Amino acid sequence: MQSIGNFESLRYFIPELILSGAILIVLITDLIARGKARGLVTGLTVASLAAATVYAVKLYGVGSALLFTDMIAIDPFAVYFKLLFYVATALVVMVAFISPDTRKVDLGEFAALMLTVALGMSLMASAVDLLMMVIGLEMVSIASYVLAGFLKGNRRSSEAALKYVIYGAASSGVMIYGMSILFGLTGSTNIFGIAEGLAQQEPYRLATLVAIGFILAGIGYKISIVPFHFWTPDVYEGAPIPVTAFLSVGPKAAGFAMMVRVFYSGLSQAGSDGRWLPVAGLDWPSLLAAFAAATMTFGNLAAIPQNNLKRLLAYSTIAHAGYMLMGFVVLSNTGVLAVLFYLGVYLIMNLGAFFVVIAMAKQARGEDISHYRGLVWRSPFLAVAMAAFLFSLIGLPPSAGFIGKLYLFAAVIREKYYWLAVVGVLNSVVSLYYYARILKAMFFDAAETEGRLPVPAAARVLIVVLLVPTVGLGLWWSPLWDLASRSLAFIAP
Amino acid sequence: MDSYLLTLITFVPIVGMTIVLLIKGDNLIKVVSAIFSGIPLALAIRLLRLYDSSTAEFQFVESHSWIPSFNIQYLMGVDGLGVTMVLLTTLLSFLSIFASWGIDRGVKGYFALFLLLQTGMTGVFCALDFILFYVFWEVMLLPMYFLIGVWGGPRREYAAIKFFLYTLFGSVFMLLAILALYFVSDPNTFNMIELMGDKGYGYLFRTLVWWAFFIGFAIKVPVFPFHTWLPDAHVEAPTAISVILAGVLLKMGVYGMLRINYALLPQATAEAAYFVALLGMINIIYGALCAMAQKDLKKLVAYSSVSHMGFCLLGMASFTEPGINGAVLQMFTHGIITGMLFLIVGVIYDRAHHRDIDGFGGLGVQMPIYAGITSLAFFASLGLPGLAGFWAEALVFIGAFNVYRWITIASTAGIVLGAAYLLWTLQRVFLGPLNEKYRTLPEINARELFTLVPLGAIVIVVGIYPKWVIDLFQVSMAGILSYLPVGQ
Repeated sequence: MQSIGNFESLRYFIPELILSGAILIVLITDLIARGKARGLVTGLTVASLAAATVYAVKLYGVGSALLFTDMIAIDPFAVYFKLLFYVATALVVMVAFISPDTRKVDLGEFAALMLTVALGMSLMASAVDLLMMVIGLEMVSIASYVLAGFLKGNRRSSEAALKYVIYGAASSGVMIYGMSILFGLTGSTNIFGIAEGLAQQEPYRLATLVAIGFILAGIGYKISIVPFHFWTPDVYEGAPIPVTAFLSVGPKAAGFAMMVRVFYSGLSQAGSDGRWLPVAGLDWPSLLAAFAAATMTFGNLAAIPQNNLKRLLAYSTIAHAGYMLMGFVVLSNTGVLAVLFYLGVYLIMNLGAFFVVIAMAKQARGEDISHYRGLVWRSPFLAVAMAAFLFSLIGLPPSAGFIGKLYLFAAVIREKYYWLAVVGVLNSVVSLYYYARILKAMFFDAAETEGRLPVPAAARVLIVVLLVPTVGLGLWWSPLWDLASRSLAFIAP
Repeated sequence: MDSYLLTLITFVPIVGMTIVLLIKGDNLIKVVSAIFSGIPLALAIRLLRLYDSSTAEFQFVESHSWIPSFNIQYLMGVDGLGVTMVLLTTLLSFLSIFASWGIDRGVKGYFALFLLLQTGMTGVFCALDFILFYVFWEVMLLPMYFLIGVWGGPRREYAAIKFFLYTLFGSVFMLLAILALYFVSDPNTFNMIELMGDKGYGYLFRTLVWWAFFIGFAIKVPVFPFHTWLPDAHVEAPTAISVILAGVLLKMGVYGMLRINYALLPQATAEAAYFVALLGMINIIYGALCAMAQKDLKKLVAYSSVSHMGFCLLGMASFTEPGINGAVLQMFTHGIITGMLFLIVGVIYDRAHHRDIDGFGGLGVQMPIYAGITSLAFFASLGLPGLAGFWAEALVFIGAFNVYRWITIASTAGIVLGAAYLLWTLQRVFLGPLNEKYRTLPEINARELFTLVPLGAIVIVVGIYPKWVIDLFQVSMAGILSYLPVGQ
């Protein structure tokens, strides 16, 4: 495998360098303008993310290599995630510009923090060394804590931030401890070194399993796997809505990327026919399959009684993490591909649902389901858009969500995890029940207040931007599928 | 044009939907909807004339690659069964547009959803690729959910979500079964035609897959004990939607069983045949008994559907030509007759604003034409010889008698019970002294007649000359029968 020296590596690190520069420029611009240049700051952020995206796409042509003395990989896999991160960050920064939640806050600081998270996520997705992974993860986490508590003086927001910090610190600590055990067992922090070390010697089964469990706690916290999910509903409810929208897609995707690196590249060996074998016969897939089943079941059941839409969507994101975990545990390239595809789809439809909540929050002054009563008579556009996003989240055709689930279930059935597939589809049925509560409020109930609900043009545009692929990818999904297929190549030892 | 006939029939309503969404004015929307529901009917009649009923081959096949990486095709085609169902769907949809003329709230949404529904229904009967089939199958749920939930009766919300949950519950297992079949086929394919016939699946695999499909379809039929969504949905839905539900949606369950369970998993079908016959008998008797106990006219009609769909199951399970032809004929005639019945209930409900059977009395004097048409539909429903309902049930009994003797004998009780509840209802509503409250009740109007007369005519024509319909699908059904193991 090609290993590139430090200085030479910078050529392949341009997206991250652009982001680093952008963080400084945005902060300085904001300082000079004394927080008045909201439009300029948003524009600069989006432009830098666009530039980073362009340079990231160029990396598709480079192939696979290791940078900075084997700390970071550039491979199509990392590039795919970078694209997801940058698109999500740009969309959220734009929506923050119009969101009532972030109307009064200093957008410069906000944008700088968002860019920091984007940079951290890029590192998480491309790190192949445990140390680099921890740095990426902490970069994302610490900036996220601040973002969650961004509404200064708002008790809920502060509470959310504090909870997030405490959970985050504890789970990072556990994860780092698990990593130290792996280092002790194999003498390496590099995931390929670890794979080699575990394969060569007679493994200490218990110690290795404990290490795996601890690392899982750290990553599981980022992607809200049950039982590491407790922070999710509170933080999602308390944080400003754009931040909630962002946390539900960005860091979650980054967690999955890191998980694939650790568990596939580090703790498995490539077998034949695109399948993978757990290293040293350790049966961690069964453990994760149980987590997947528990995650989607708990997420869906807990969502049923929620009346606050942010909380409901928080539990729904837990359930979706469970669905994606299904594709992950089957240990095959088809499974990873299904997860990659689903992450792309999920980003679109979940941000879409949150954007409708943002557009509504301006008028409704709250996120209760009851505020959505009779929405179809007040703003048919918002109601129909929300319905489309919800149908996609349920996984009904013709929507992108259906195709995503189709591929996930296909991967699970192909590897003959029939019980997991049955749990998965039953969960889809359960999820219909609580998503339909929103539909019922929007379409069947009478409106409490009469009159049309004005929707700002910018919000309309952003929602349409997400609505088109949500439906369009349900009918013609080859573009995203081909991109995901191209991105499947991740470096294996 | 003829080579794209099925695509046109399926997607013309979607074009109509787009136009409906763009125009303003309630009456204009209704007219446009009628036109775009009428075009598929005209095309379906053309399809009927061009269709060659002497072969079991799929005709009007259109095949395009859709998603090559997963071998998903846009594959449409019909055999005799498909043609019959497409005809039924387009006819009932067109008439239902006129039965919806009285909708005055959210007109644009109603007709847009209705046209989307029509595309979904037609597509189910034409799709021969599993993913395409599944997409159409599910696309139908969304408009149906809203049509019941927004424009339905007092308990519409409950009925809508119950319908949605039941159907989704059934269809997700179907999705798993589809994927399971895909991965055992070599090369992997979603093409139903290629998957037809006995492929020598292992016992456990074929049984699991068969049940996954069967439960999905049984909920739609509905087969006891999955039938409880039906009375709620049918009663709460607006008249036209009840017609579609009973006339078309229920048929999808039987269609799916014949197209997929029978043709793709014949061995497992043979193993479960007795059980299917037994379920058919339960449906027939249980549905009839429930119908007899109803005070609400619409609920009575709903339960009579449960009873009549039981005949389809019994006929299918016999594995004989008369039995299976009777089942398919029953799909067609029940669609027509029950469509009439729901329209009839709608007529009286629009006037009296209730459906309590005991609350009428002597209406025969006040509304003679209406009483005449009702009698025709009721007699057809109870299987009077010379009307459409008779032939289907007779064929089912002829086919099933030698195979399941005591089940068939027990099922004949359904006919007796059917006669009992229908005649008793006829008597309570139309005979006796006229209820003074309804002395001013207006007679059935021209628009309502327009929806009922074509169906009444079909009931009489098929009653006199059933061969006209049977000839359509006879050869195709023999083809499906030939997949089944002989001598079971």
